Amino acid sequence: MKKLSFLLVLILGLGLLLAACGGGDDNENESGNENNGDDATNEETADFKVGMVTDIGGVDDKSFNQSAWEGLTAFGEQNNLSEGEGFHYLQSNAREDYIPNLNRMVRDGFNLIYGIGFELKEDLTTVAGQNSDVHFGIVDDVIDAPNVASITFKEHQGSFLVGVAAALKTKTNKLGFVGGVDSPLINKFEAGFIAGAKSVNPDIEVDVQYAESFADAAKGKLIAANMYDNGIDVIYHASGATGNGVFNQAKDIKQNDPEREIWVIGVDRDQHEEGQVGDQNVTLTSMIKRVDVAVQEVATMALNGEFPGGELLEFGIEEEGIAFATTNADAMTEEIVNTVNEWQDKILNGDVTVPSTHDELEEFEAGL
Amino acid sequence: MRQVIQVTSNNRLFGILVPIISVLLGLIAGAIIMMISGHNPIEGYVALWNGAFYDAFTIGETVRRITPLILTGLAIAFAFRTGLFNIGAEGQVIVGWLAAVWVGIAIDAPMIIHLPLAILAGALAGGLWGFIPGLLKAKIGVHEVIVTIMMNYIAMYVSNQIVRSVLTDHSTSTEHIASTASLGSEWLQALTFYSRMHYGILIALFVAVLMWFIIDRTTIGYELKSVGFNKHASKYAGMNVSKNIILSMVISGAFAGLAGAMEGLGTYGNVSVISGFTNLGFDGIAVALLGANNPLGVILAAILFGVLKEGAGEMPSAGVPTELVDIIIALIIFFVASSYIIRWALLRFKKEGK
Repeated sequence: MKKLSFLLVLILGLGLLLAACGGGDDNENESGNENNGDDATNEETADFKVGMVTDIGGVDDKSFNQSAWEGLTAFGEQNNLSEGEGFHYLQSNAREDYIPNLNRMVRDGFNLIYGIGFELKEDLTTVAGQNSDVHFGIVDDVIDAPNVASITFKEHQGSFLVGVAAALKTKTNKLGFVGGVDSPLINKFEAGFIAGAKSVNPDIEVDVQYAESFADAAKGKLIAANMYDNGIDVIYHASGATGNGVFNQAKDIKQNDPEREIWVIGVDRDQHEEGQVGDQNVTLTSMIKRVDVAVQEVATMALNGEFPGGELLEFGIEEEGIAFATTNADAMTEEIVNTVNEWQDKILNGDVTVPSTHDELEEFEAGL
Repeated sequence: MRQVIQVTSNNRLFGILVPIISVLLGLIAGAIIMMISGHNPIEGYVALWNGAFYDAFTIGETVRRITPLILTGLAIAFAFRTGLFNIGAEGQVIVGWLAAVWVGIAIDAPMIIHLPLAILAGALAGGLWGFIPGLLKAKIGVHEVIVTIMMNYIAMYVSNQIVRSVLTDHSTSTEHIASTASLGSEWLQALTFYSRMHYGILIALFVAVLMWFIIDRTTIGYELKSVGFNKHASKYAGMNVSKNIILSMVISGAFAGLAGAMEGLGTYGNVSVISGFTNLGFDGIAVALLGANNPLGVILAAILFGVLKEGAGEMPSAGVPTELVDIIIALIIFFVASSYIIRWALLRFKKEGK
């Protein structure tokens, strides 16, 4: 009997809680006009709405989510759209948030919805299949659907160039590569980097380590500490926020021993700021991936009614989607920049085909 | 209000009221924070409500999110009853997920065999992951918290490696399971505007009944509880303490493994390389605490957490930044945890008073 009365109280209590929330609901329906856009997808609205769903890195990841958002913001300002209405982002805290976030944007009547990052591939495929009248874009992966534009980058080309720079800079002939998750995407960075370094000097050794996370700075720091201890003097990271640990370790070493020459190569954005220690800087260069340019370009196409649905848009050096940073002029001497530019020309005119997978890399190395 | 005061005079009822009060406190504290940071708390909570119950789609997604939380909550609650703290639910979820999907892909059989087999594989894998810390605890006294934490990492990295090099050729996610092993239902999906709701919720509810039955209606359950209350007295009474510790961890692990199977067979239909924990196991700890380790309590707590987590996604539409949503959820968990402390302190106080 006693037990029964607990349950009763428990259920009543929960009911009270729910009822309280429900009461608020009624008041809000009058003012909350945003949420009533259930059938907006079926209406032809004159104004264009573009949105993006981040992966779990979040919109302030100092990497490609942030870059994509910068692109959308620039697009919005260009076309006088207001933030929240005309262009908007939804942040995902876990993998399971992707589908609800994508659907939320469909429901709110967005014309073009980006999924940022290869992790959204499957969920975006599902949602795109269910909403054939909405346009979607995926960054960093390929989806074969008539209403999805796939945006990928030739990261191997940019990685090749920073590999050349690293080979020219190293004194120990030992380089390090820190990857996020061991996946076809990050393997592209790895293959390009090794190929670039070995093109300059075939005797260079590259130590490759994967942190198995894009968000574990502590692990990045540990790997970097090991690498620098073993005489590696340039580390290229392609690991999102894990790379912040690599920068921290390099800066710690530099702080204790300002004479020691160690470098980090940044990724996605120009990571010059991350490498500043006093008046020195450990960032040699960065492999820049212009997600903002790509996102902006596809949005403009969609606005003009030329949405590249079902197409694969590959942004490389030629399309100005890939570049390398020369901000640290003390470290990236004119000599190095000139040599890197020579290799860039060789890639552009087809003399060098940069490998993008482990197999292609093996072939490439055999051909050296 | 008078009624509330009257019921609080009843000691056991008070124990049930504390979690409810702590949830309300968490929501109120969240409202205050929203107010201080210049957002309208009513709009914020309305958005939260809409995020979870706005239309058929969100309701379906909410149910989907609740499903594994019930199972991980039950897993942790079950071990708690035997005085064990199973932090390894996270790892058990991951291996359960992997095993269920593996069976779902590799075997070709009619649904009536395939689906139960895949679900069972998930439970077995989770059970195995619970067996190892149980064995170490029972035989050589290694603390289960430490072992289970380590087992979480082993599960994650082993699962990633298997996905990469055994199930696929260096890809980040496996192919989809055969439709004969899927818990998904077109009927439910059509009903809920393509949400990922699946039949797993029935399994979760069944497991809750199962747990109640084992704990409250069988000799095994009696022994498990007895070991939880006092190991030495149980041993003196002729019970096999080691066996009960191992059994409790195995059943707890199997429940968590089922949660993984729900994700693998219902929600995603495949298994991917993960770069971090799913957090299902860790959220399960909070669910078990709030639910007072009681099956019905766990279901209600899982519903609350599922609603909060699903609804949170809508809060940015009311101008409340996502970071604030995390703070509010954390506050509720904080009050839930302190309710546990409050209850413990109250019990102490009562005992001394007598």
